[in-house]
Amino acid sequence: MPTPRTGRDRTARDNSLVTQWRQSKRAGRIAEAASVGIKILLVKILLLGIVDAISVYALFVLFLKQDWVIFGLVLAVTLIVNWIYFSKNALPAKYLTPGLIFLVIFQIFVVGYSGYIAFTNYGTGHNSTRADAVASLIASAQQRVPDSVAYDITVIEQLGAYSLLVTDPDGRISVGGTDAPLREVTDAETDADGVATALPGYTSLKFSDIAANQEVIAALSVPLTDDPNEGVLRTPDGSKAYLDLSDLVYDEAARTMTNTTTNVVYAEDGTVGAFAAEDGTELRPGWKVEVGFDNFARAFGTESIRGPLINVTLWTFAFAFLSVATTFALGLFLALVFNDLRMRGRNVYRVVLILPYAFPAFLSALVWAGLLNPQFGFVNQVLFGGAEIPWLTNEWLAKFSIIFVNLWLGFPYMFLVCTGALQSIPGELQEAATVDGARPWQVFRLIKLPLLLVSVAPLLISSFAFNFNNFNLIYMLTNGGPRDVTAGVNVGATDILISMVYKVAFVGANRDYGLASAFSIIIFLLVAIVSIISFRQTKALEELN
Amino acid sequence: MQVNNRETSDRIVVRNSSFQFKRWFKATGWRHLIGVFMAVFSAFPLVYVLSAALQPGGTLITANGLFSEVSLGSFVTLFNLPQQPYAAWYGNTLIIGVITSIGTVFLGALAAYSFSRMRFFGRRGGLLTLVLLQMFPQLLAVVAIFLLLNGISDIFPAIGLDSQVGLIMVYLGGALGVNTYLMYGFFNTIPASIDEAAKLDGAGHARIFFTIILRLVAPILAVVGLLSFIGTTNEFVIASIVLISPENQTLAVGLYQFVSQKFSTNYSVFAAGAVLAALPVMALFLWLQKYIVGGLTAGSVK
Repeated sequence: MPTPRTGRDRTARDNSLVTQWRQSKRAGRIAEAASVGIKILLVKILLLGIVDAISVYALFVLFLKQDWVIFGLVLAVTLIVNWIYFSKNALPAKYLTPGLIFLVIFQIFVVGYSGYIAFTNYGTGHNSTRADAVASLIASAQQRVPDSVAYDITVIEQLGAYSLLVTDPDGRISVGGTDAPLREVTDAETDADGVATALPGYTSLKFSDIAANQEVIAALSVPLTDDPNEGVLRTPDGSKAYLDLSDLVYDEAARTMTNTTTNVVYAEDGTVGAFAAEDGTELRPGWKVEVGFDNFARAFGTESIRGPLINVTLWTFAFAFLSVATTFALGLFLALVFNDLRMRGRNVYRVVLILPYAFPAFLSALVWAGLLNPQFGFVNQVLFGGAEIPWLTNEWLAKFSIIFVNLWLGFPYMFLVCTGALQSIPGELQEAATVDGARPWQVFRLIKLPLLLVSVAPLLISSFAFNFNNFNLIYMLTNGGPRDVTAGVNVGATDILISMVYKVAFVGANRDYGLASAFSIIIFLLVAIVSIISFRQTKALEELN
Repeated sequence: MQVNNRETSDRIVVRNSSFQFKRWFKATGWRHLIGVFMAVFSAFPLVYVLSAALQPGGTLITANGLFSEVSLGSFVTLFNLPQQPYAAWYGNTLIIGVITSIGTVFLGALAAYSFSRMRFFGRRGGLLTLVLLQMFPQLLAVVAIFLLLNGISDIFPAIGLDSQVGLIMVYLGGALGVNTYLMYGFFNTIPASIDEAAKLDGAGHARIFFTIILRLVAPILAVVGLLSFIGTTNEFVIASIVLISPENQTLAVGLYQFVSQKFSTNYSVFAAGAVLAALPVMALFLWLQKYIVGGLTAGSVK
């Protein structure tokens, strides 16, 4: 019979056991933490090293370009990222930073940037800075000076870049390239006539090399000095170069361009960002300037833009609303039809019905554009026996076609959503109502529909938001057409706001980024208003905690 | 008597069968009628594309004779177009789609983990902002994105305009937003006691996240990844302004430009391209439709 242990005995022994157990446990933990820690630390240092290397390179380039604002931003972000990942606190930040960096640059910053562009004249002919515009104007007006002296040259090459080794008529030798004005050199080798033929560090091109790279060499234009008015040297054959002078002479002090052949003076006009003569003719290219509310004034003040803008806005709302209404109605109807347990083969129907949803949307629109083609399409040729119904080229028929094709694209989604919502409504409710003598229609209208709407309302709102910007369908099916020929911008009867932005900014020869951004800002405001109203209605945000 | 009896019984049988048909029709028959009609409506355009793809050298007008000729000639033509590198488009679409969806899943999961498991200043505000941001899709700022990438080209030509890396980075800008919210909900359904048990066993936060939580939330990761892949495949606006040279473009950009040049004469080749392009997306979709439908109703995409 074992003697009962005293309480004290047990405590002492247990305590020592517990201590032992704790010690071994702690040792194990430390060992494990150490091994995992080193692995994680290595991965961390490697990833941070890559990030830092990229930003150091960016800082270097920005430093050379003397772009101080962006330099400061990149530096600050790099320092913050390094601090976050080396500090012991900031745990949530470690998980949020990677996504946030992309989010801030490509979703939030670009919105602000759109806002800035909306207040500039950025676009074709106003693409760049004033200095670039000056250089490009002078370069485009350059012509060979009549009876210019011929300079003896040798084409030389270093690291794949060509330069000209020039011996001027006075015997001075200099070297220069497209971006490097001539500078005098003293260590060139010369031939018997005193013409420089080679320069240390460079390879002189042989005749065959020149013939092989003729286009590149003919495109070389070497500025005589830093002043663009002095002209450039060009070589047609690789052995002689001639002076090209520009018809336009730039006066930095007076900020004017003078055409030396016509003697017209173009004065800088800072409000439009171009050199303009007194009669109003402008030299192109100009440069980018802030123009205040000009783009908005054009959008709302010019009749040829305001009219289309209003029509497009109305159609955007009508399209988004009708899309949601038609797809929801058909989807709900089908969900009710197939929501009957007695019916056989429901799964087969279900799979076939969601095919349009599985098919990539941009392809669907292109396929339907083929089906509805007025001359050759299946619908006109086969279903309507060769009638040429202008499905996509008549203003109202095109609108109808878009709603119809969107119905084909969108009803499967609503069908799936409504089926799910209907099945989650408890069956007892229907039974109770039937027992109380409700007819099927009453059961649907008074019980099922309200319950269904509660759960699908947020989805209807996001479907509205999606269709509000349903670019692919519009652009691929009708390309926004038929075009409104009276409009001052490239816009058609079925264009929605986002496709109008795209066309103004990127389609055709005349790109107007400023006006397009002003339209974008208008869309932003509309979407913001719609979402404020709808979120208030559904109180979807209150669920967050 | 007997004859009479037989007559009556016959009459009863006849009346009975027509009565049954009526009852069947009233109960489920009309549903089949609607089902068949809708099935034809849904599937016809797809059948039409398939038939057009199988007609070598077919134009829009010959495509109307469904399956009048069956051959794989258009598929051969498709891969030998001089100006349109279809194989490159296909590869680009897959690469951009896969990298974007992996990146989206990873960035979204990181953010969702911190929102779900940590309590910090600005958490609720951050979640609200993400939900609101999904109302403003990136394509609204397409002009600014173009000009921003144009600026980046001056510093880093490798990630600026006409670069797929640049395009993927733009897409990753939309990685948070609806995905995070979708994942956040799912992360919340994993009991916090699992984390705590692991913490007691000595696991650090990174270890808990990568080895425990990520495995438990795998279904939502698959849904988000798939939706992101499908979304990227369909994306036209940003891809069309970023990718300039034909060999860098995606299927959406390339096929659109191809078909818009000579719509009716190229139709058979376009259809062949469309069939090949749609196959992986449709296969994935139908295979995983159960999960996608769950994800759709939870977070509303498309």
